[in-house]
Amino acid sequence: MTQRWMRGHRRARALNSIGVWLLSSVLLIWTLLPIYNIIRVSMQEKEEVLSTSVFPVAPSPHAFEVVFRQTFWLLETFWNQMGNSFFIGIVVAFLTLAIGTLASFTISRMRIRNGWMLTNAALLTYVIPMSFLAIPFYGIMGKYGLTNNPLAVIAVEVTFATPYAIFIFQQYSASIPFELDEAARIDGASPPQIFFRIYLPLMAPALVAIGTYALLLSWNEYLYAFLLLSGGKVVTVPVTLGKFLVGDEAPWNYLMAAAIIYAIPPLLIYYGVRRKMHGGLTMGGVKG
Amino acid sequence: MAVTTTTDSPAATTNTTPLITSGARRRRGTFAADKLWALAFVTPYVAVFLAFVIYPIGYGLWLGSDPASYRALFNDPVYPRTVVNTLLYLLFGVNLKLFLALLLSGFFMRKGWWTKVLLLIFMLPWAVPALPSYLSINWMLNGQWGLINNIIWNVAQVDGPPWLDSHGLALASVIYGHIWKWLPFWTLIFLAGRMAISLELYEAADVDGASPIQKFTLVTLPLMAGMYLVCTMLSTIWALGDFNAVRFISGGGPALSTHVLATLGIRNAFELGDPHLGMATVLTALPLLIPLVILLMRQLRRSEVTI
Repeated sequence: MTQRWMRGHRRARALNSIGVWLLSSVLLIWTLLPIYNIIRVSMQEKEEVLSTSVFPVAPSPHAFEVVFRQTFWLLETFWNQMGNSFFIGIVVAFLTLAIGTLASFTISRMRIRNGWMLTNAALLTYVIPMSFLAIPFYGIMGKYGLTNNPLAVIAVEVTFATPYAIFIFQQYSASIPFELDEAARIDGASPPQIFFRIYLPLMAPALVAIGTYALLLSWNEYLYAFLLLSGGKVVTVPVTLGKFLVGDEAPWNYLMAAAIIYAIPPLLIYYGVRRKMHGGLTMGGVKG
Repeated sequence: MAVTTTTDSPAATTNTTPLITSGARRRRGTFAADKLWALAFVTPYVAVFLAFVIYPIGYGLWLGSDPASYRALFNDPVYPRTVVNTLLYLLFGVNLKLFLALLLSGFFMRKGWWTKVLLLIFMLPWAVPALPSYLSINWMLNGQWGLINNIIWNVAQVDGPPWLDSHGLALASVIYGHIWKWLPFWTLIFLAGRMAISLELYEAADVDGASPIQKFTLVTLPLMAGMYLVCTMLSTIWALGDFNAVRFISGGGPALSTHVLATLGIRNAFELGDPHLGMATVLTALPLLIPLVILLMRQLRRSEVTI
């Protein structure tokens, strides 16, 4: 009796581990196939790109050399474009943090009377699909005289990153005791002093999460950069990657090598601050 | 300004008269100063909202207010197909993705180092920027030299299907790309939702002799239903505005047969140079978008689910 039960138990465990093994393999293949394809193609020479190989036959760093030395016409200003992407990302992160913390400090710590209107404004922005405003945005930036100006792209990114920042900041600041503000108040601290000396230092983890979020959002942005930055020295990397497809026969190996270099900074950042980002992401979800 | 009111009431009741008046005067001073500070603090956000949300919305509605562009749009043979594509994209892309994410989040609840490592790898599609991935999927699915058909050729010595050269397969490829890119994100969200469920509930279910399936349908599902609904609505809105997947996997082809409203709007506005027509294209999504926005805003406000 017990022996049979034991055998059944063991069989169930074996089945379970086979299931885990099977599902793990499926997940790995599913996840890694397109990523393997990027790496595979980036190591191929032009002739090999157009072949039936599954694994690289003669891996070569040629495509990466071309990208590094900027010797292909679409990649002539590649490093300058990486710089542009960085510049826009940093400015967007900074502005998002500044505007977001100020607004959420006022709504949740100073408790202004019409704070709910601001929260609703943020909610509304958050649920509008970004791309649906691209057409009017293009016209408006023309009116402001900001076409082909990084400021236009920065404005869009900040607009769409701030609402999320405000939510997370509001939820995070709920965990900071109000008594701190009150004590500072009694000691005669003004709102800016409370903001800089109490609010910001205690919000540090949320600032890291949102700063990273804003940086990645703008690093990854294609549509607005494509529409608002028409050419010359202000273009960002994704715009160039998009241009490869326009020609008849795209040099896929150069494209994939450039794509890898472009994908490395966000990967490093993401895996570096992953815990904090997930903390920010899931902070509110838990309450649902 | 609750900060001051809370300190203010006990003082008013206990202190003597002269102290109250001088204190009150000082407090009135800080009140006014606080209001100015509050105003200064929210001004940047209000300015951004007015200049870059309200103004574009108003301008967009004006651009799309010409009946002639709607007549042109409805006479365009590409348009009906685009609407059907958009609906299929939302129906399959969003629902398959979220259902898989719900199931997978249960798998990632398992303990042990392997699950942790697997989750790290599994998050890659979300961490890699969209463009490299979508471009890679595009080339991977190339009918002649793509990785998938190369594998099929090496394994079975037959030609794989031309994935991106027929309407149905190309649309399916776009949906695949969308699911691939966003599955990790939603799995993570559901994982957080599952972690918030008290373990005692599962222990109680164990005591009552519940099977794993019963635990899923009778404990997990009812507790996650609200969250699942909010996620479905939010994901639908985001997918409705998704431009990159279609643009870089199928490019809207073959023969303009896989456009969705977001990409067709951009095409009409910029490639055909008619912003009125482009805006009209996008605005025909409003009958779907407005109810979703209203429902979602109500839900988000009430349950404080933030994603």
